[in-house]
Amino acid sequence: MLKIENLHATVADKPILKGLSLTIKAGQIHAIMGPNGAGKSTLSYVLGGRPGYEVTQGSVTFDGQDLLALDPHERAAAGLFLGFQYPVEIPGVSNVQFLREAANSQRKQRGEAELSGGDFLKLAKEKAGLLRMDMEMLKRNVNVGFSGGEKKRAEMVQMGILDPKLAILDETDSGLDIDALRIVGDGINAIMRKPDKAVLLITHYQRLLDYVKPDVVHVLADGRIVKSGGPELALELEREGYEAVVA
Amino acid sequence: MSALAAIPTTHDEDWRYADAAVLATLTPDKLANWKTVDIAPGKTQRHTMVVGSAAPELHRIRIQVAEGARAEMFVVNNGAAYTRVEVEVRLAKGAHFEFGGVTIGGGDATREFVTRVDHAEPEATSSQIIRSVHWGQAIGNFLGRIEVARDAQKTDAEQNFRAILLEKGASANTKPELEIFADDVKCAHGAAIGQLDQQAAFYMAARGLPPEVARKLLVQAFVADAFTAMGEDGESARLLDTALATLGEAAL
Ligand SMILES: Nc1ncnc2c1ncn2[C@@H]1O[C@H](COP(=O)(O)OP(=O)(O)OP(=O)(O)O)[C@@H](O)[C@H]1O
Ligand SMILES: [Mg+2]
Repeated sequence: MLKIENLHATVADKPILKGLSLTIKAGQIHAIMGPNGAGKSTLSYVLGGRPGYEVTQGSVTFDGQDLLALDPHERAAAGLFLGFQYPVEIPGVSNVQFLREAANSQRKQRGEAELSGGDFLKLAKEKAGLLRMDMEMLKRNVNVGFSGGEKKRAEMVQMGILDPKLAILDETDSGLDIDALRIVGDGINAIMRKPDKAVLLITHYQRLLDYVKPDVVHVLADGRIVKSGGPELALELEREGYEAVVA
Repeated sequence: MSALAAIPTTHDEDWRYADAAVLATLTPDKLANWKTVDIAPGKTQRHTMVVGSAAPELHRIRIQVAEGARAEMFVVNNGAAYTRVEVEVRLAKGAHFEFGGVTIGGGDATREFVTRVDHAEPEATSSQIIRSVHWGQAIGNFLGRIEVARDAQKTDAEQNFRAILLEKGASANTKPELEIFADDVKCAHGAAIGQLDQQAAFYMAARGLPPEVARKLLVQAFVADAFTAMGEDGESARLLDTALATLGEAAL
């Protein structure tokens, strides 16, 4: 589904990704762990096409397409979803309006029929219910005044509504309380654990991986994948820390 | 002052950001063309306007707001040539003036609001919210003068101007002028000129919104502030749509 080869990228002319390679197959869940500043969020932004993140070398193929040739909104319509480490507040735009425009923009780009107002609300209700989020929250402006945990949960409601093929979730677990962590974990499984979908979880802790069992765990350090393994690698990291495991 | 001396130039405070070439074509009769409005004690009057065309326009309005009365004015200024809306308001005791204005457009036109609010008596309040969205070489201005008379205690006057420039060549100007002769007075002025929120734009793109749709949503949220005081009626939606339709003409 996703094939990253020898990816090099700079931010403000500073090299951050330095030859990163990674392949994710449909039906798989991968986790990336790694020290602060290693380039995990940078990877997600580069894949999402954020302005200012420049690819200097390498290639990314998504579902047989050259991902890097697409504009950010085209990547989303192609089925890529970015769960933000810091979801952005948009004053004056309600979640309902935003997500309906987003869902229908994606549909339009894919040549599919748009959702009616009623169909959209039904879908939104279902996904909000899955994440135990009150519909009243969706009437509020996008992320404005949401607590850290509420923002992360709202990201997952968005994911449910947009129904992507590949979700890159950047520290979706950070800021969640114990119950919310389980709800979000269950939500990710319900929405994304399907033979034709895949997930890349970026996380610092094992706790999310208890709910969303990864097939492969990678360590990203200094802009590269320096080690990959099974779910046991995450436990080993948690026990012994990056320095011991990566050395 | 003689009639001739009344033709303004950009040296005049109130005309400092105006289009000098257009000023040269003004005539005394155009300048004398004030529309006057009197609002009786305790009454509320609302004026909504969409101003601007292919030719320069000057709109001058003088409003007398009697005791406890309320004047509301909501304007979209989206002309393709120099378009100026000038409002002079006199507030009697406990009167209120509510102003919501939007300048929006590209090309090389100057679009401006000039308001003079005279808090002539105690306990009057005024609130002015102006939003400007420009591209091309366009200019958006707000000149707001507030005068508070010597015994106009408990005056509460508020002005808020914000501009978003969608392209490098566009600009915005604002200059508050406060003349306050009373001491128990609240006057608030806020101003900010900036670009569209790039973080929000990327967030929206990451959810599949093409740039023009994201821009429209962000501009809608931005200019809607000017019409919030109208409440959720069809009129505010109409003004908002008119403003946003102008954005549709932008080839950005
Ligand atoms: N605009 C920028 N200008 C310069 N350096 C930047 C910029 N943005 C990010 N960086 C740097 O890039 C490096 C990678 O940052 P990134 O956010 O990808 O790390 P991360 O692995 O996600 O870390 P964390 O675990 O703390 O979230 C950091 O050293 C960061 O300071
Ligand atoms: Mg990060």
